[in-house]
This record gives sequence, C-alpha cells and structure tokens, in this order.
Amino acid sequence: MSDLLVDMRGVRIEGRSDETWMPIINGVDLTLKKGEVLGLIGESGAGKSTLGLAAMGFCRDGVRISGGSVSFDGVDLLAASSEVKRQLLGKRIAYVAQSAAASFNPAHKLMDQHVEAPVQHGVAGRAESAHDGVELYRKLRLPNPDEIGFRYPHQVSGGQLQRAMTAMAMACRPDLIIFDEPTTALDVTTQIEVLASIREIVEEFNTAAIYITHDLAVVAQMADRIKVLLKGDEVEEADTRTMLSAPKEDYTKSLWAVRAFERPEKPPVATDSTPVISVQGVTAAYGTVDVLQDVSFDIHAGRTVAVVGESGSGKSTTARCITGLLPPRIGQIELDGTPLPLDYRQRTKDQLRQVQMIYQMADTALNPRKSIGEIIGRPVEFYMGLRGAAKRKRVEDLLDQIEMPADQYFHRLPSELSGGQKQRIGIARALAAEPKFIICDEVTSALDQLVAEGILRLLARLQDELNLSYMFITHDLATVRAIADEVVVMKDGAVVEQGIKTEMFRPPHHAYTDLLLSSVPEMDPDWLTNLLKERGVDNIGDAAVGKMS
Amino acid sequence: MMTLFWIAAGFAALLAAGWVMRFAGQMATGNKPAFRDMSLAVAFGYVLGVAVIVFAVWYYFQPAVTEQGMAVAGVLFFRWAVQGFAIFAIVAWIFRFFGRMVGSAGTKKLFRQMPLTAAFGLLVILIYAVLAIFAGAIAPYGQAEVFDQVNALPGGNAATGGNPAHLLGTDQIGRDLLSRLIYGAQNTVGIAFATTCLAFFLGGTFGFLAAVAQGWFDQILSRSVDVLMAIPSLIFALLLMTIASAWAGSEKWLLTIYMVLIIAVIDSTRVFRLARAVGMNIVVMDYIEAAKLRGEGLPYLIFREILPNAMAPLLAEFGLRFCFVFLTIASLSFLGVGIQPPLADWGTMVRDLAQFINFAAFSPLTAALPLMAAGAIALLTVAVNFVVDWMLQRSSGLKE
Amino acid sequence: MNSVLKIILQRLALGLLTLFIVSIVIFTAVNMLPGDFAEAILGQGATPEAVASIRRDLGLDQHPIVRYFDWLSGALRGDLGNSFAQANFASFVGDDSGVRVSVAQQIAPRFANTMFLAGVTAAIAVPFAVMLGILAALYRNSVFDKVANISTLTSISSPEFFLAYVLILFLAVLNPVLPSLSNIYEGMGFGERLQKTMLPALTLTLVVTAHMMRMTRAAIINLLASPYIEMARLKGIKPMRVIIKHALPNALAPIINVVALNLAYLITGVVVVEVVFVYPGIGQLFVDSVKIRDIPVVQACCLIFAAAYILLNLTADILSILSNPRLRHPK
Repeated sequence: MSDLLVDMRGVRIEGRSDETWMPIINGVDLTLKKGEVLGLIGESGAGKSTLGLAAMGFCRDGVRISGGSVSFDGVDLLAASSEVKRQLLGKRIAYVAQSAAASFNPAHKLMDQHVEAPVQHGVAGRAESAHDGVELYRKLRLPNPDEIGFRYPHQVSGGQLQRAMTAMAMACRPDLIIFDEPTTALDVTTQIEVLASIREIVEEFNTAAIYITHDLAVVAQMADRIKVLLKGDEVEEADTRTMLSAPKEDYTKSLWAVRAFERPEKPPVATDSTPVISVQGVTAAYGTVDVLQDVSFDIHAGRTVAVVGESGSGKSTTARCITGLLPPRIGQIELDGTPLPLDYRQRTKDQLRQVQMIYQMADTALNPRKSIGEIIGRPVEFYMGLRGAAKRKRVEDLLDQIEMPADQYFHRLPSELSGGQKQRIGIARALAAEPKFIICDEVTSALDQLVAEGILRLLARLQDELNLSYMFITHDLATVRAIADEVVVMKDGAVVEQGIKTEMFRPPHHAYTDLLLSSVPEMDPDWLTNLLKERGVDNIGDAAVGKMS
Repeated sequence: MMTLFWIAAGFAALLAAGWVMRFAGQMATGNKPAFRDMSLAVAFGYVLGVAVIVFAVWYYFQPAVTEQGMAVAGVLFFRWAVQGFAIFAIVAWIFRFFGRMVGSAGTKKLFRQMPLTAAFGLLVILIYAVLAIFAGAIAPYGQAEVFDQVNALPGGNAATGGNPAHLLGTDQIGRDLLSRLIYGAQNTVGIAFATTCLAFFLGGTFGFLAAVAQGWFDQILSRSVDVLMAIPSLIFALLLMTIASAWAGSEKWLLTIYMVLIIAVIDSTRVFRLARAVGMNIVVMDYIEAAKLRGEGLPYLIFREILPNAMAPLLAEFGLRFCFVFLTIASLSFLGVGIQPPLADWGTMVRDLAQFINFAAFSPLTAALPLMAAGAIALLTVAVNFVVDWMLQRSSGLKE
Repeated sequence: MNSVLKIILQRLALGLLTLFIVSIVIFTAVNMLPGDFAEAILGQGATPEAVASIRRDLGLDQHPIVRYFDWLSGALRGDLGNSFAQANFASFVGDDSGVRVSVAQQIAPRFANTMFLAGVTAAIAVPFAVMLGILAALYRNSVFDKVANISTLTSISSPEFFLAYVLILFLAVLNPVLPSLSNIYEGMGFGERLQKTMLPALTLTLVVTAHMMRMTRAAIINLLASPYIEMARLKGIKPMRVIIKHALPNALAPIINVVALNLAYLITGVVVVEVVFVYPGIGQLFVDSVKIRDIPVVQACCLIFAAAYILLNLTADILSILSNPRLRHPK
C-alpha cells in the first residue's frame, strides 16, 4: 500500500447551466501524501473550490463528476455508497469554509456544533470531546477558551469564528482537511493570526491539507507544494520553493510578476503650490455618531494619495464627504483653493465635473440596461454639450484611451463584458467629464490579480498623460506600493499617520501602521515564520484580544 | 371507522410494495446507486404514483353509460377532464413548435427555452385576447338579447329539452348562454385589465416617487399604505361597495365604474409597496449615485436610470396583480355586488347557474354550465400564473 | 432578553395603533354615505318626522367625532349598536318600541361558527401543507415537485367558488358522502357539525394549502442552500439529523410566518366560501348586510375582520422575532 492519502486521476467535473452541462474541471490529477499540505491557487472561476470538494467525493447541487477517479486512502469515493462516504466525512476528512459566519448554524452554540461530529461518528463522548474542544480553542489561541464555546456564532467575531471552525474540523483528528479560502474575508491583521494558528495545528497533528486560495503570498506560507489552476486546467505543480523561485509556465510567471509593478518616485511637491483637493478638519456623522474625526490631507496635481485602513476605518466615508453625498458636520473641502459647497446639490455643474468617482463594484456602477456608448456618452453630452457625430467621436477617443476598440464595444451592454473591461468603462465615464480629480474606491479589490494589474497600469498612464490627481482608497498595501505617491493611514475614523510613500514604508512607523504593514503576506515562504519569531507568539494572542474588546 | 382502517391498510400495502420494488431493483441491477441509495419514502412515492396512474387508466375505460342507458356522470366528467387536458397539452406543444419555427431569432430562442406550461399559458392568453376583442363578431347573439325559450338545456338536442339554435342553452330569462360566455371575456377580462392598469399607474408612480424622494414624502405615503393594507382587501372592497351602491343609486353602470376605482385604489397599495421596494434597490446602486453626482435631475433619474431596470419585476407583478384583480372582481360579481347586469360576466353567471350542479346525475352537460363559467375564470388565471412563474424563474436564473 | 421584550412591546403598540387608525378609516368611509342613515333606513318616501325620530334614536344629530368615540367605546365594551335591518322591520310593522336585535347578538354565534370553520381548515391544512412543502423542497425538481408545482399553481389561480362547486359536484352530488349545505344550528353534536363543515373546510384547505406549501417550499429551499447546511453534510451527519437538528430550528421562523400569513388569508377566503355553502358564519352575514346596506353590521364585521387580520400578522411578527437566535441571545 502506498502512502498516498488522496489520489485523483483525470478528474472531470461539469456544472449545469441552462439545461446543458458546461465543463468546470477538464481532467486534473491530484495526489496528496499523509501529512502534506498542498496549495491550490488560481483566479476566480478556475475551479479550485470545486476540485477541493471533489477530493471529499462531494459535489454541490447542479455539479457532477463526469469522469476520472477519486480515491481516499484506498477507498474509491466515486463508487462508494453515500453511507460509506458519510462515515468518512467529518471523521477522516474535514472541511473549513470561506465564510465561517455563514457556515456555523446560527441556532446552536459553538460547542454543540463542535462535538456533533465526534459524537455522531462515535469517536468520543460528549463530555470528552467538549473537553478536547476547549484544548483546541486554547491551542488556536482563542480568547477565553473555556467560555467561548458557550456562545452563539453571531456573538463571536469573524477571525475567531474562523479559528473555531478550524478547531471543529480537528475535532475527530482527521487525516485530511480542506481549507477553502479561510482568510479571504478577513482583514490583514486578523488574517495573520488565523494563518499562524492554522499552520501550527496542522503541523502539530501531522494532518494533510489542501489549502485553496487566490493569494500567492498566503499559499507560500502554508503549503509544501503548490498546484496552479487556470480555467479548469492544471498549469503546473511544484515544491513551494521551486515554484516561487523558478516557475516554468508563462502564466505562472505573469502571476509572480504582478507584484513587481511599482511606479518611480516623483519629485516632492513645491511647498507653495495650491492643492487640487484639500480636506480640512473634516468631522462627519451618520445620525448622531461621529464616524470621522478631524480628517485633513491635501492632494496635489498629478499625484496619487492612497487612503489605507481596514474595514470600518472611515476611508469610504471620507470619499462621501469630498463628493458631497455626506456633508461634513465640521470642516470643509477646497477645490483649487476655493471652498466647495458641502452638499453636492448646491455645487455648480463645473464643480461637479471636476470631481469624479470610480467604484469598487463595476457591476453596480454601470446601468445594466444601457450600452457602453450611452454610458460614456452621457457625461460627454451633459458636461460638454456635444451631440451627434462630435459626441460619438469623443466617445470613440475615450474608448481608445482605455484600450477598448470602439467598433467592437460601442453597442455592447455591461453584462457582455468581463470584470476588468467593466472597470475600464467606469474609468472612461470618469474621464469623459474631463475632471481634475478622481476618487478610486477599491477599484481593484474585486478583480483578479492580473486584471487588477492592468487597471493600475492604465490609471498610472492616464495620470501621466492628463495630469490627473487620484485619491486611491484601498485596504491592500501591495496596491499602495504600486501606485501611490503619498499615503494616509486611517483607523476608527481618524488619520493615524500620513506622508510620502517611500518614507511611510521605511521605519520607524506609528504602531498601527507597523502592524498593518508587517501583516501583509510576502512571497517569501519563511516570511510568516520570521514574523512570528520577531513579534513573539504571545504578541499575536494579545493582538487577538485587542481586536475583540 | 372502517374507512380509516382501509386507508391505513392501503398505505401499509403500498409501503410494502415500495420495499419489494426497491429490493427487486437492487437485485436486478446489481446494486446500482439509483436503487442502493434510494430511501423507502422515495420508493413509496414511486409505487404510489404508479398506483394512481393505474387507477386513472382503469377508471377512464369504465363504461360511461349504464345498462339502463343512464349516463355515468363521474366517468363522463373524468373523461372530459382527461381529454381537455390532453388536447390543451397537444395544442400547446404545437403552438410552441410553431413558435420555434417562425419569427425572429429572438422569439425562436424564447420558444426553445419555454416549458410547456408557459407555452400553454401564452396560448390561452392569446385566445382570451382574441375572444375579448372580437366578442361581438364571434358570439352568435347579443349579450342582452332575450329569447322566448327560457332554461333551454345545453346540447342542442330538442328531444332532451334543448334548442339547436342555442348550443349551450338559455338562462332563466331566455338569454343565449354561449353568447354570454363569450361576451364575459370582453366584460370580465376587459374591466379587470383596465383596473389593473389604473392600479399600476397609481401605485407605480407614487412608489417610484417615494423611492427617489425618500424623507417625509416617503414616510407619509408608506404609513398610509400600511394602514390601508391592514384591512383585508376583499373586506375593504365590500365595505366601499356598500357605500358606492348608495352613491350609484339606480344607475347600475355607475356602480361598475365605482368598482373599478375602488379595486384600483385598494390594489395600488400593493403595487406601491413593490414599486417602492424595487425602486429602493435600484436607488442604492452606484450608477444612480454617479448620475446624482453628475448633477442629473429627477425626471432623468426616474425615466432613464430607474424605470428601465424595474421593468422585469414590474411586468411579472402586473401578471400577478391582474390575476388578483380578476379574481376579486369575479368574487364580487359572484356575491352580487360586482359587475351589474345587463353586462354578461362570469362571476354572476356562476351564481345564477349554480343550482344546475344538482342535476349532474341526470344531465352532466347541464351541471357543467356553472363550472364552465367558473372554469373560464380559473383557466385565464392559471395561464397568466404559468407565464409569470416562468418569467420569474428566468429572471432569477439569470442572476446565478 | 430585555431587548426582545422591548421589540415585542413596540410591535404590540404598533398593532394597536394600526387597529385604531383602521377603525377611523372604517368609520369615515361609512360616513361618506350620501344623505344619512335615517334616509337610508326608511327609504325615499319617509315622512320628515319619522326621519327625525330615527336620527335622534341613532344619535345622528351629534357631531361625527362624538359619534365616532361613542361607537369606539361601545365596540370596546362589546356593544356594536343595533342592526338597521331589525329597526327597519320594526318601523315597518309600526311597532317602534319593539325589540331591537343588537349587532353583537347577531354576530356572536356566527363568529363562533366562523372560528370553527377556520379551526377545522387550519387543523387539516397546516400539517398537510408544511409536510408537502418540506417534501417538495427535499425532492426539488423531481416529478413529485413538478406535479405539486403545477397543481398548487392551478389551485391558487382558481376562484374559491370554482373549487367549491367542483367539490360539491364530486363529493355531494355524484358521490353523496358529504352534505353540500352547511345548515348549522345551535346545540348540534360535534360529529354532525364537523361533517357539515367538511366541504367548506376542504375548499378553503385547497386554497390555503397551495399557498402555504409553495411558501414553505421556497423557505426550506432557501435554507437548504445556506452554507451551514452544507457544512453539516460535510461533517458526515445523517441526512435525517441534518434536517431535524440543523434545518428545522432555523426553518421555524419562516414556517410560522407562512402559517400566520395564510391564516390571515383565510379571512378573505371565508367570505365567498360561506356564501357558496350557506354556512351561517360572519362572512355570510357580512355579504348579506352589504346587500341590504345594514351599516352597523357592515361596520362591525369589517372591524372584526381587520382586527383578526392585524392580530394574525402581529402574531407572525412576534413569533418570528422569538425564534430568531440573534435576537434571543444578544451580544
């Protein structure tokens, strides 16, 4: 008998759409030895989650395995009866889902859900397994391990739930755990705690794991081997270190190269120049609660200011104050040295024209019932007063600028475009107004890395050509590195630190900036290990407690 | 008590048959997953289905006439039902088949994806539309024309009390029933359609305005609608009809107008809720924010940005609302306070002809008369519902 | 627990407020009658003296607001005024001091009858519909589900009187197993009463079951698609236990909601069905009173129907709050 735990050969998976079966996975091999961790990476739609579930012999509704073989420790999962498979699931193969908040049953306490698998599979008694649960909680450094099990899922934070779910998966000490993007929904500082605890416990119990993610840097920390998927096909597979240092295929190389994009540093701004946009002492409130506290910063012509922070830090609220959707309670916004009316309804057409916005979700930012020509044509007509052939000519020029051929796209609807193309249309609509200043609200965070890279390069080029100023809202520090000139770090509605990018990325930092910066995973496979050593393990536990309170 | 015992015994027998069937299946197929993983409940379901079909076939081929020459009404009705069902299914299939052959590429594609129920629904709606528009040309007589022979039996056979001139017979004051049935399409459907349009105009306009304006305007409208919706609609309609009948006095046609207004207003509250909810969902979209920040005015926002995106759910709602209005009007007429004579209408016809149902054992066709009028109502609402159901499934399917 | 109590009290207050406003709406609507009640009672040819006397009798010479509060306070005490039909009759025979039948007296026994009908219907329909709905959700897209979908859609689309006459045809005329007329009187034995109520109850069951089943099915399908059900299956839990332990506690809120909404729907359905079967309930009284314009009875019935409707919706609201773990166990 071989030491292969999972052996998948030529697996084909199909999904139903409109009465026909479309291929999702076209014949992929996957093997996993006992105690080994395999990283499965790919962009959205690559079929990595489907493949991960197939390793458990499980298919979602409307999905079927149409060919190949899947065996787990010698058991043929495709031929096995549902009863045999049921005996394996939870006991020898466990699953950790992307959204822990949705995957815990809201009606039961954490501990009741934790002990369910061991009790049902007859692995351990209730009391025994509850005791073990507390131990696992402690190992995973959950705060109050003795009590947290008696809470309901909605009473516990996201990062803690994700660790509780890992504990639940460990309850029967399975041979294999499938991690399906367990940290994607978390903030960077929380992500690191979860990553560290997952890696530790997997090592301690010598559990084999398939770790599914779209984030290269994350997988570099977790996996022994990496398999790259693209649209249902395997691109290549190798040891983590080999894969990182010497990728063979072009696709893999291009994935690696994304991180390399960085704009050259610009000369410092002349001290006497008037900023294009100046945010001055802005305090704003939803209802009676202040969500912004005395925020001030300037954005100069041709510069990009990145506003960075975790969710809830007030980045988007700042943008709403600048556009006038949320008039500030105190403070003002200046455009070219002249104060703007606080409410957008009182601004002149020209003032409105000068401040444009590009949104995170291109899907909701473009009216699905209008063609591309109409979407870009409207501001051209509205602000410039162009009609007929002149309007059409201008729209075609704009499409040219965003590298989308006009003859091909002019009459298309947004639903016929890819995510990246939609985002480009959003950019063209902003450019159509010929503004001085554009707010980019997380414009790349919903996109795959390669596409996001293209958008960033486009924005950089446009800035150079048109001398635009950007306010770049993001939570992703890699994006900041790539495009920003200056950085504003926000936390809980206030500015923590601001300055030139190159200075900001150099120590010493403000404590929070430091936490934020150091938590961004790097491609180095030893990064997490080193970081943990640097911070000291207890430090991470403290950070977790800090987040909770 | 015995009946209960036999029912229980029957169930037990079916359960046993289900177990045997599953066991036999496992043996015969060498334990294929289909039988291996079948639960007993599913096996029971299959056996039950087969038993029902066998019984239906057996019953269908029972003699329809007793040895004494009497009609066996139960078998007759069952045969009519089965035949009607089969004919409709076949016609709907042919209709869909033609839809796939002729027309533009878009309509062809539409017909290709269409389930049979939706094709049936579309076909029935078309037939009703033709009947309603050309009722005057199709019906053999006028709707208020009175003939000498009252209560002529249907079937057109003079020997059994019928009259060849009146295929479905005449009513108690001598009006031709077939003509009245056809004119019913014009009156009942037409009035319901007009009412629904009015309700949509009112509810839609105010709903969108509330969604865009928000603030106190929205609050006042929404709270008033909440209160109006706290009274069950049929009850509220009946209350208002009491008052309307006093207003109308002896002018019966005025009462019909009042009814249209009353039902339109009551129903517009439901439309308001939907239009507002749909509008709210669209208003929070980023493209609306972009348009607002561009400085666009209210008319542009409503007509260019919101309305085109609200059409699909509103259209589906229009179908459902139409059914509801149609049923409410039919119910009011049935209760005697709806569409007033001499206009022919199905609800009133059901009420007037209801007692014929007791003659089922002697003259099945006579007993079928009130059911025909009621069935005409049911058929249209079923058809509209089938189409709407398909539309909703399509739009929800697109989201995935 | 405190916050739940607060929310429930808020809902109760809101329900009471709605009922209060609804009573104003009903009262105002009735006051939009042309002329006034007195003329409506006596008809066109009445002498001015007779009209004046009736007016005084009914308090019509008072301000509408005074009359409204008289009516409301009366209604709260269970005194809903006197029926016009009886007053009309009394004046017709020239016996002005004769016996008046109060509205409350007229409504009380009929209200009990209607509650009996609704009770029987609910007892059959609720378990039946919930069971069918769960089955359809579990075996969705199977033949069973498709047949159930088509038949419930048909049943919903049919007017109540169509279903009623079809049932009469098959269960009363062709196979006389049940009576087609529900002549219920006081002092009737429970068994006989049940038998006479059976056909109207079955008609209502058909309509309500269809609605309830479709909504249950939708709620359960929605629930089964949630990640925690997938999680439970991936933990290797037995299918039956997944349903009972994981799906059901969360399904309770939507199912309770569906049941209460459909019981509220029964209120409207009861009117037509009672007329078809001549069932001596409040719905039939309502329709009769509408036809002879017996305003006090119409008003009272309307108020009772609205109150029942609001109460049921309120119950649905409160029960679904109570079954929501997020509210029961606040942070």
